[in-house]
Amino acid sequence: MTLQFNDETFRDDYTFRNSPEAVRRFPFPFDQDSYMYSVNLEPHAGGREGSPFEKRFDVDEHYVAEMRDREITLQEDPLRCQSLPHMELAGWDFLELVMVSKSEDYPDWFTLNRDGNRWHWINRPLGIDQHFTFLDATTLPCGPMEYITRQTQGDHALLDQRDDNLWMDAGMVTSQADWSLDFDIGMNFFEWHAPVPKAAEMGVFQRALKYLLNLQQGKPVRRLNWTMTVNPRLDTSPENYHKWGPEKRTMTPENVGAKQHLRVELQTLWRLPRSNAIVFPIRCYLCSLEDLVTVPKWGRRLHRVLRDLPEELATYKGFAVNRPLIVDYLSRFDDGAPTSPGIFPD
Amino acid sequence: MSARMLRVAAVEPLTPLVTRFRFVAPDGQALPLFSGGAHVVVEMPEGDLVRRNAYSLISDPLNGSCYEIAVRREDAGRGGSRYMHSQVKEGDLLGVGAPVNLFSLDLRARKHVMIAGGIGITPFIAQLKQLARLQLPFELHYAARSRAEAAGLRLLPDLPQVHVHISEEGNRLDIGAILSAQPLGTHVYTCGPEALIDAVAATGARLGWPAAALHSEVFMAPPPGAPFAVTLASTGKTVTVGPTQSLLEALEAAEVPVDWLCRGGACGRCETGVRSCHGTIEHHDHWLSDADKSAQTRIMPCVSRFSGTSLVLDL
Repeated sequence: MTLQFNDETFRDDYTFRNSPEAVRRFPFPFDQDSYMYSVNLEPHAGGREGSPFEKRFDVDEHYVAEMRDREITLQEDPLRCQSLPHMELAGWDFLELVMVSKSEDYPDWFTLNRDGNRWHWINRPLGIDQHFTFLDATTLPCGPMEYITRQTQGDHALLDQRDDNLWMDAGMVTSQADWSLDFDIGMNFFEWHAPVPKAAEMGVFQRALKYLLNLQQGKPVRRLNWTMTVNPRLDTSPENYHKWGPEKRTMTPENVGAKQHLRVELQTLWRLPRSNAIVFPIRCYLCSLEDLVTVPKWGRRLHRVLRDLPEELATYKGFAVNRPLIVDYLSRFDDGAPTSPGIFPD
Repeated sequence: MSARMLRVAAVEPLTPLVTRFRFVAPDGQALPLFSGGAHVVVEMPEGDLVRRNAYSLISDPLNGSCYEIAVRREDAGRGGSRYMHSQVKEGDLLGVGAPVNLFSLDLRARKHVMIAGGIGITPFIAQLKQLARLQLPFELHYAARSRAEAAGLRLLPDLPQVHVHISEEGNRLDIGAILSAQPLGTHVYTCGPEALIDAVAATGARLGWPAAALHSEVFMAPPPGAPFAVTLASTGKTVTVGPTQSLLEALEAAEVPVDWLCRGGACGRCETGVRSCHGTIEHHDHWLSDADKSAQTRIMPCVSRFSGTSLVLDL
């Protein structure tokens, strides 16, 4: 693998950058010129070569820097990582899933040797070499979920299944679009989705829950979600709103292209074997508007989607205040030409 | 839903009515691990019909070298268990689906109490192995009519927490005594005949147990019954359901695709809309609400049947 890991920051001086290759493989979330909620789940079984859908757990040029940023966030606020006592088994299930997937999908970077329950894990990009006993938490520096999510990009929620519902009983959440694990921990599927406008009355959650309760082992599914973030900041949490909220007011027509980022979440859902829990990785990708419009199809389409979005969705996603500025900027890249179906560049 | 072909590695009678089957991957690969209480759907091809029955896994959930199930021969059933007993031999290849768990342990429990009636012991065999591995407190009560019929005796570990109640020997299960002697935070799991599950639920309610601490799995196979016919709204086509066939099996035989998972009226996956109904839907599922059932606007084709003059499905 020739990929270089970026030395970059997601706070303060914001040196985060996407290489031209990273822009081309960005998971642009709109397959048509308009947007409304849908469950839109599809099998997570590979995808176009080089795209973020190809591997089970995508590792890209931001890996090392994102893990460093997670460490800073955890140091300031340890409650971003929580696991209720009954979720340790699910944590082991998830650790196994990640270690097996990454060692098979990226053998140059990750190695897993297993002799019964005696495991040896090597993570070269992060310089980790760990011997431990599987299912024995005393042999790791921290719990299994924390251990593996400190080495895996994206936020992760572990959902317990009981009483015909899913319960958010463990998670690692440091790169979230304005929701809080500390607030949501222990909530069920309907409770943690309560703030989402419109979707409940559309019956979206009933259908999605029913589908997820029947999610099968070995058949993970995925969907894309999106929002808008000013500055390439991973930690847009309610806990730190005082740090990033005011940044929304720093945009001008001159800097909107560089400062305003489309934030896309590649969400996957996996049934775990021993615990029967579900793991819900929420992987965040950021791309500035000025980088996005280098793909003409995306520039045209994003303009139309954001221009026509219902007001309550813009409010919920937190960019209503800047919408005129954003739409005005994007309109310069929309010549009215038709766009091709699907999310990929032409 | 998609099954993989597994080889029958062992067929071993446990009692005159109950036989244990062991499946392994033909290429020696490890099978996916599972959680205690999970079941698999076994495919039984017979002529141009494929019968699919769900059976609880009784092997060690943390050991992927094989899957084991215990099948009780139901002579009054639709024929799936008779097929397993009379047709399936060591070395055969059968389609087996991925493990699915609709009866998992609530790992928040301070203690797990399991109550099994007859062949309802099967999901607990794997759960016991899981609990032992997690070192969680439990007790198990197993009720059977007679020692000769009690296949569980061959499957249960010899532990002080395992209690056997043989009614023929006068040692009947006393649900009130079991439920009244548990510490706070205990969860109870019941599997067996509906009467046993109802009795545990009623006793629990009387003793003030929270409903969420009482779990159950009815041992549910599609019941046979009188033949009937349904009409498909999209094509007007009529599908006839034989006496030992389920509606779902009849639809599959007619190549009408219906999504399914548990085939036992529990998971809700095959829920189908009813366009019109002149007659009575015999609801056998545990999925639809009482209101849905009496409205006769939904049906679970995996277990439910119909009697009357016409039933038109949204298919």
